[in-house]
Amino acid sequence: MFDFLEGYDVLGAFWMTVKLTALSAVGSLVWGTLLAGMRVSPVPLMRGFGTAYVNIVRNIPLTVIIVFTSLGLADIFGMTMGAPDDFKVQGFRLAVFGFIAYTAAFVCEAIRSGINTVPVGQAEAARAIGLNFNQVLRLIVLPQAFRSVIGPLANVLIALTKNTTVAAAIGVAEAATLMKTMIENEAQTLAIGAVFALGFVVLTLPTGLVLGWLSKRLAVKR
Amino acid sequence: MTEVSVTKDAVPTADDLVVLKNVNKHFGALHVLQDIDLTITRGEVVVVIGPSGSGKSTLCRTINRLETIDSGEISIDGKPLPHEGKELARLRADVGMVFQSFNLFAHKTVLENVMLGQLKVRRTDKKAAEEKARGLLDRVGVASQADKYPAQLSGGQQQRVAIARALAMDPKVMLFDEPTSALDPEMINEVLEVMQQLARDGMTMIVVTHEMGFARSAANRVVFMADGRIVEEAVPDQFFSNPRSDRAKDFLSKILHH
Repeated sequence: MFDFLEGYDVLGAFWMTVKLTALSAVGSLVWGTLLAGMRVSPVPLMRGFGTAYVNIVRNIPLTVIIVFTSLGLADIFGMTMGAPDDFKVQGFRLAVFGFIAYTAAFVCEAIRSGINTVPVGQAEAARAIGLNFNQVLRLIVLPQAFRSVIGPLANVLIALTKNTTVAAAIGVAEAATLMKTMIENEAQTLAIGAVFALGFVVLTLPTGLVLGWLSKRLAVKR
Repeated sequence: MTEVSVTKDAVPTADDLVVLKNVNKHFGALHVLQDIDLTITRGEVVVVIGPSGSGKSTLCRTINRLETIDSGEISIDGKPLPHEGKELARLRADVGMVFQSFNLFAHKTVLENVMLGQLKVRRTDKKAAEEKARGLLDRVGVASQADKYPAQLSGGQQQRVAIARALAMDPKVMLFDEPTSALDPEMINEVLEVMQQLARDGMTMIVVTHEMGFARSAANRVVFMADGRIVEEAVPDQFFSNPRSDRAKDFLSKILHH
């Protein structure tokens, strides 16, 4: 029944999807947190940069960003991501770079809404014992903000997992690329679609369940 | 207007710890602090009272610059209040503050609340910080709650932890911004007792409160504010038995006779 799968490395393709997702998730969490820090910073220049970045990047289609990393950054500006000759590695790194740049805008906004749930008194008390802006943010505000936005961040992570299929546009050998190849070569189009759909559900469903459980467990009690 | 301030023309001495000179502040069109002159000497306990909206909380919050001022000068221990940055953070570490809504760090245990400033601002080593924190928690009577989170404590306990957190920084002066206003009646006394003990130990304190009993028993001086001005300053006995201004007479008649 599943003989149409023979000769194709489906697991390998999904493993590529997992790698894209994991690296992009970590990167966008870091960059998104920094952006959120900028957006609440007392320095107008940083606030301005954070706001401009988020509003520009989240409004550009992801496909445009991913294609730009390849045709723009790599081909025109010569940004080869440390792999000028190995196009597989280069494409993977460029895709991760694009996903981080894009997803960070959404992570930033999720965290910023979390910052808004932390009562003003928390930051005031922190300033009153002599903590500076960075310490107030790092030790008091962000830890509480993160815990209140685990749910929204899970949404961003699920969206990112599925968004990695856009990497097919620049030839990264992830799940969607393989699906396209298989649909071209095999007759069982519906079955192929179902296998890949199921694959993504297997990846994202546990993500949502685990993070939903964590968000309840780690909620700050007031 | 001669009664406005008893310290207005006093020559600053080494013992003047907190000095406010001609301080003004607006919230939009509202002139919340009007020409405030106030000097607090080392070891003094000053209670600020007055009707709601009179500017007493704002006054308290300007002293560690949680509120900025529009004009005038504030200095602490002879140094003018820095505007921002490291200098301001350093000064705030020397000024303890206790809030109406406690503001304990909700994601940290009671012990961590009291250790945080020591570790991150004073750079005390962990062992010494914990020892000091446990000592202070014992002093305010909540030693047994050290490993709980703030939400698991009663309001009175939370406020006592907040006092311990402020004391952990060895402040030169303590500001209390209506420390008992958010408490159930039966918890007010446990907090006032801790404050009274502090006063007896010689801590310099500025206390915004509606607790007239505390003002009578612990204050060296009562400052009465109304409509953004300091209307009257006097020792507690004199203020409560023989207020000079009509505004103070009116205020006291409303709160003391029922």
